[in-house]
Amino acid sequence: MDQHSFLFQAMIYLAAAVVMVPLAKRLGLGSVLGYLLAGILIGPSVFRFIGEEGEDIMHFAEFGVVMMLFIIGLELEPSRLWNLRKSILGLGGLQVILTATIIFGVALALGLRWQEAFVLGMILSLSSTAIVLQYLNEKGMLKTYAGQSSFSVLLFQDIAVIPMLALFPLLSGTAESAADPGNMVSGLPAWMQAAVIFLAIIAIMLSGRFLIRPLFRVVARTRLRELFTATALLIVVAIAVLMTAVGLSAALGTFLAGVVLANSEYKHEMESDIEPFKGLLLGLFFITVGASIDFDLVMRQPETILLLVAGLMFLKTGVLFLLGRFFSLDKGQNLWFALGLSQMGEFAFVLFSFTAEQQILSPSLTDTMVAVVAISMALTPLILLLNERLVQPRLVRREADAAPGMPDIGEQHEVIVAGFGHFGNTTGRFLRAHRVGMTVLDNNADRVELLRRMGFKVYYGDASRLDLLQAAGAARAKLIIIALEPASKRLEMIETIKKHFPNLRMLVRAANRYDAYDLMNAGMLHVYRESLDTSLRMGVDVMRFLGYRAYTAQRAARTFLKIDEANLKKLASIKDREEYIISARENIEELERMLQADAEQFRGAVDRGWDEESLMADAHKMNPS
Amino acid sequence: MAKVLILFAHPALEKSRVHAAMVKAVKGLPGVTFHDLYERYPDFDIDVKKEQEILLAHGIIIWQHPFYWYSAPALVKQWMDLVLEHNWAYGSAGRALAGKKIFNAISCGGGREAYSPAGKNRFTIPQLLFPFDQTAFLCRMQYLPPFVVFGTHRLQAPEIEGHAARYRSLVQALAAGGLEGQDWQGVGLMNDLPILQEVKSYS
Repeated sequence: MDQHSFLFQAMIYLAAAVVMVPLAKRLGLGSVLGYLLAGILIGPSVFRFIGEEGEDIMHFAEFGVVMMLFIIGLELEPSRLWNLRKSILGLGGLQVILTATIIFGVALALGLRWQEAFVLGMILSLSSTAIVLQYLNEKGMLKTYAGQSSFSVLLFQDIAVIPMLALFPLLSGTAESAADPGNMVSGLPAWMQAAVIFLAIIAIMLSGRFLIRPLFRVVARTRLRELFTATALLIVVAIAVLMTAVGLSAALGTFLAGVVLANSEYKHEMESDIEPFKGLLLGLFFITVGASIDFDLVMRQPETILLLVAGLMFLKTGVLFLLGRFFSLDKGQNLWFALGLSQMGEFAFVLFSFTAEQQILSPSLTDTMVAVVAISMALTPLILLLNERLVQPRLVRREADAAPGMPDIGEQHEVIVAGFGHFGNTTGRFLRAHRVGMTVLDNNADRVELLRRMGFKVYYGDASRLDLLQAAGAARAKLIIIALEPASKRLEMIETIKKHFPNLRMLVRAANRYDAYDLMNAGMLHVYRESLDTSLRMGVDVMRFLGYRAYTAQRAARTFLKIDEANLKKLASIKDREEYIISARENIEELERMLQADAEQFRGAVDRGWDEESLMADAHKMNPS
Repeated sequence: MAKVLILFAHPALEKSRVHAAMVKAVKGLPGVTFHDLYERYPDFDIDVKKEQEILLAHGIIIWQHPFYWYSAPALVKQWMDLVLEHNWAYGSAGRALAGKKIFNAISCGGGREAYSPAGKNRFTIPQLLFPFDQTAFLCRMQYLPPFVVFGTHRLQAPEIEGHAARYRSLVQALAAGGLEGQDWQGVGLMNDLPILQEVKSYS
């Protein structure tokens, strides 16, 4: 069999991931380490399933990082990004400058040329967006102090790559020879380049508003799931192409696009469409990082490499920890932050190959440094694991997640309304009239568009899906109104919520008695039958037209409702799954049972307090006339 | 069976200062059942049977409510109309509540001097409460003097706390059977009880 055939390769990668990742997770090591181990195993050092071509795959897999930044952008509304500006510029800026300066100094002291020292300082100051964000996300730590600070620093670093790419050619003796062929603007004068970049960003913002949203609306109306996925992918890829064409990093471009689309009602849908691709590509990326570690090289100079890895990670941790203290991070959070960002990042691979082309760094130095970077990345999950298991438990105070004072990513309402059709919208309108904030989930594109114009916080998508619920803040909401159709979707949704959000109170719409039985058997306590109150209101009016007093008719209806609800509970508990084929005959039997119960129970349900019969009897007894 | 039942009625508790403080002061006290009528019966559909069971389980009953139009909010009247059934609470065979103690704990806007022959309300509080007094009498219950918070519109927060503290002390004493031997003749208002004179606050 051809070892290099595409399918065989795919099989190797997938198998390695499928074997190693669950194993690593089982051992509590996290998925990132699992992928890295899988990469080491199939790489040239162990089983040799993959060799040099791993590098090409790595470039391809880097697109996972692009997708991840797009998704992060989606989570960050512009106003929230603005709130983070201090930590992005302050914390991120200081981290890059301080770290780079120290490395520059040390490298000079070790006898490197100043150009080499400068380049090394810049490159090694960067951390790995892929590893850190994936790890924090998996641990649910993105919204903690440590998570937000890490995010801010990583974002600044991603931006800092752009001037680095512009600066490095100036340092090489070979002048500006190596223009990136994919870059159309490098031939232009600097101000033109800046203008083009600026225009590209404006174009992304405008198309986010005026092109992408209408496009999604049209696509959503086709109700073809895969077309939606294709559209979401198209947007990400197209933006990446545009951004590289004007000389920006694709990651930064898609991040910007994500932020622009963060207010869009389709954001959760896009998120869940991109998510699997992002996950797979990132996994692939980690595998290639694992595979790229050249153990032969490491074995030839183990002390040097070890010293470099330890020294660099220690230095970066130190700088980050000091900055964390300066930005008043709590000790426990600060450790997460400092240790988490202690590795070198995937941009280093790109920048090293770039500087090698530019002949700023010697090939041997480049090879050594690439190994150092890869090892530091592989070590990060281990270090964080030690921090989590050994260090953090010793730090006494466990602070609350997402402490106040830090701008929060994602707005939160106490109420979620799933389904804004004729049932849900009445409840929703009523609540809104009383200024109850709510997040609406609906899968009707036209309705979503309308609600959005009316200022609702509304998302398009299938509300029974876990990721959408998560995105809508189900973990922190107080209650959810389940009013979507059909009934089967409601049951599906209930199961998801019971499993993943056990504390979320559910209020469920039921189409009729039988639907209500299903819901009660699913453990629902708050069930609302669609036609019950309305039919009774009609009954009340009938009684009034027949000459009953209004209050009497109304009280009769309410008593009826209460007794009927009580009966419903009783009948729901006798009904079990097997006898649950509702035939027409059974319907009739049920109706008969109900009618009998009504006849019995209403005999006792008169308001005796307003009844004078016994009083009159008493009066006659005492005073017979 | 000396347990205290507080039948609380306020249609807009969220706007109240005095009753909010009083409720906070007595809710959860041992031997005291706090029963929020407007919360339980927003639709005025009183569950008569349930209410009767609750009454039977307690020895001392307090109607706690604002003194709207020289009486109680509408739901208290609905409660009386429906729960105090003939031949259960009163009438030739009605003995269910015999021997229990009952009184009102109320708040009113006017000062104590306004509720006097010379004041603009012309009658005293006990006089205005005669319908409650007589209801208790017909049900063979002992009607005790009312606990009254006067001049609610002008009260400052510390004064309200003081009233709530005195109310709490009273309810605690009743729940503990501390006022069993009390001679109620001559006590105009619960407020005048010697045991409440020293209470200024609680915490």
